[in-house]
Amino acid sequence: MKNKRSLFAVPYIVWMAFLVVIPIIIMVVYAFTTGATDGSLGAFTLDNFTSMGSYTVVFTRSFKLALIATAVCLLIGYPISYMIAKEGPRFQRVAMVLIMLPMWINFLLRTYSWMSILENNGLLNQIFRSIGLIDLYNSIAIHFAADPSAYQPITYFQMMGTSGAVVLGMVYNYLPFMILPIYSVIVKLDHSLVEAAHDLGANNLCVFRKVIFPLSLPGVLSGITMVFVPSVSTFAISRLLGGGNQMLLGDLIELQFTGGAYNPHLGAAIAMVMMVIVVVCMWVMNHFGEGEEQAVML
Amino acid sequence: MMKRRHAASNRFFMALVFLFLYAPIFLLIVFSFNAGESSVVWKGFSLKWYGELFRDRLIMQSVYTTLLVSLLATIISTIAGTFASIGFYSMRRRVREPLMTINSIPMMNADIVTGVSLCLFFVAFFNLWGDFAGWINSIQGLITLPTRLNLGFGTLLLAHISFNIPYVILSVGPKLRQMDRNLVDAAQDLGCTWMQAFWKVILPEIKPGIVSGALIAFTMSVDDFVISYFTAGSATSTLAMQIYSMTKKRISPKINAISTLLFITVLVLLVIVNIRESHQERAALTRQTGKK
Repeated sequence: MKNKRSLFAVPYIVWMAFLVVIPIIIMVVYAFTTGATDGSLGAFTLDNFTSMGSYTVVFTRSFKLALIATAVCLLIGYPISYMIAKEGPRFQRVAMVLIMLPMWINFLLRTYSWMSILENNGLLNQIFRSIGLIDLYNSIAIHFAADPSAYQPITYFQMMGTSGAVVLGMVYNYLPFMILPIYSVIVKLDHSLVEAAHDLGANNLCVFRKVIFPLSLPGVLSGITMVFVPSVSTFAISRLLGGGNQMLLGDLIELQFTGGAYNPHLGAAIAMVMMVIVVVCMWVMNHFGEGEEQAVML
Repeated sequence: MMKRRHAASNRFFMALVFLFLYAPIFLLIVFSFNAGESSVVWKGFSLKWYGELFRDRLIMQSVYTTLLVSLLATIISTIAGTFASIGFYSMRRRVREPLMTINSIPMMNADIVTGVSLCLFFVAFFNLWGDFAGWINSIQGLITLPTRLNLGFGTLLLAHISFNIPYVILSVGPKLRQMDRNLVDAAQDLGCTWMQAFWKVILPEIKPGIVSGALIAFTMSVDDFVISYFTAGSATSTLAMQIYSMTKKRISPKINAISTLLFITVLVLLVIVNIRESHQERAALTRQTGKK
């Protein structure tokens, strides 16, 4: 009887073989072969991987920006989750709905909303101009200029197209991904442990360091992966807020498929590298997380 | 005293974070009603951009595509995912675990990797199909198979189904695990056929999981950009793809108008869901206390 019921999974297993496993195999095959003119597969090669050497800048930039964005998300996300978890149940409910609501709006629109704020003639520059910040900057910068007579006063701060704008876009889009898992761990935390630590003479800092933070680590780790993975692989955020100056790994892949630099083999190789990175991240996080849990159990 | 000051500073920090989250959205909404084209200078109230939005054939077509693909993908992946998880949960652990790992690949992988691999798969399949159809056409004259297939609505739908099913399984699975396995056996001992047992016992037990799985699948589909971008081809376009191509060109208040409409839709849906949930909770509570 039992075996008969497990037959229900057979169609989906076939589906997974065709639309999950085989596509990944094809991607790996593409990554290790040369392009042939007639569309069939070419010979085995490692050129796709060696030619990535010329994109080292893109690799380091992707990692740098994604790591900064993840760190900023953690620095904002941890305290806010902690504060929300300490409030009353009604407040918590409303606050979490408010945190999640932006996630329901397409990330392109959320990113777009920053374009009109960060533009050269955008809202922030208008505010800076009206409070005199730009004049102030000019009056200071002219003293430091090598040739004060040739100093060109600026009329706006360049924010679009900078790496800061891209990091801002990542933080804005993925902050909820950091808050949700951390909050859900902290809110379930057994409060008697905190009380016990206090009774045993620990001060607030010590309780946080030795009890609350280690116990919330699984949430922190899943928050880090949930922010880092989309940040390192994004291409729309860097395109919209980086204005083409801030090419990331995602942009590089996308260019190989749709852009003028059409080369699916290189694109597949980069995508494969990204997949390996994600798997390694997940593995490290899981490993690390389990170890911590065991330590807590002991 | 100390504690109160602490609470005040906490509230201040929270307010700042909420300001950060909502100020851009608020600006977006306000400037969708702007008479001018600027997204900074207010030139008076107008609904002009909404009119332009509804007259834009490309946008309306992409809304239709998005809704159609999301609905179809949700229906198919909910049914397929439910049966798949029933199958998975009657398997032995040793068999189930590796299958569940494969199932979670599309959820773990970055969207761009899933998109790229599916795109390459479809293209490779189309090449094979081209050879096959040419061969079939050459050996007989009764039917002519199309030899050139392209990325389009079909591939878009397949991609959406394949990234939706894992989420359905993820939300149906726990309900199946919670269910008392003896219930099905009991129903069958009492004379139910397997089909009857499924409709009368399993389905009501796992219904909440199916509903939430379908909701997740639908929102994932509507929200998806990256995977659609790689699998829809050049002729088909979802709303997210349309927005991307618009934002790449120039800032247009039409995008603000779409954002506002979408935001209001989401808000209304969330309010309805929340009200329903609290009604159900209250009903459950009165039922419980009534029993006592």
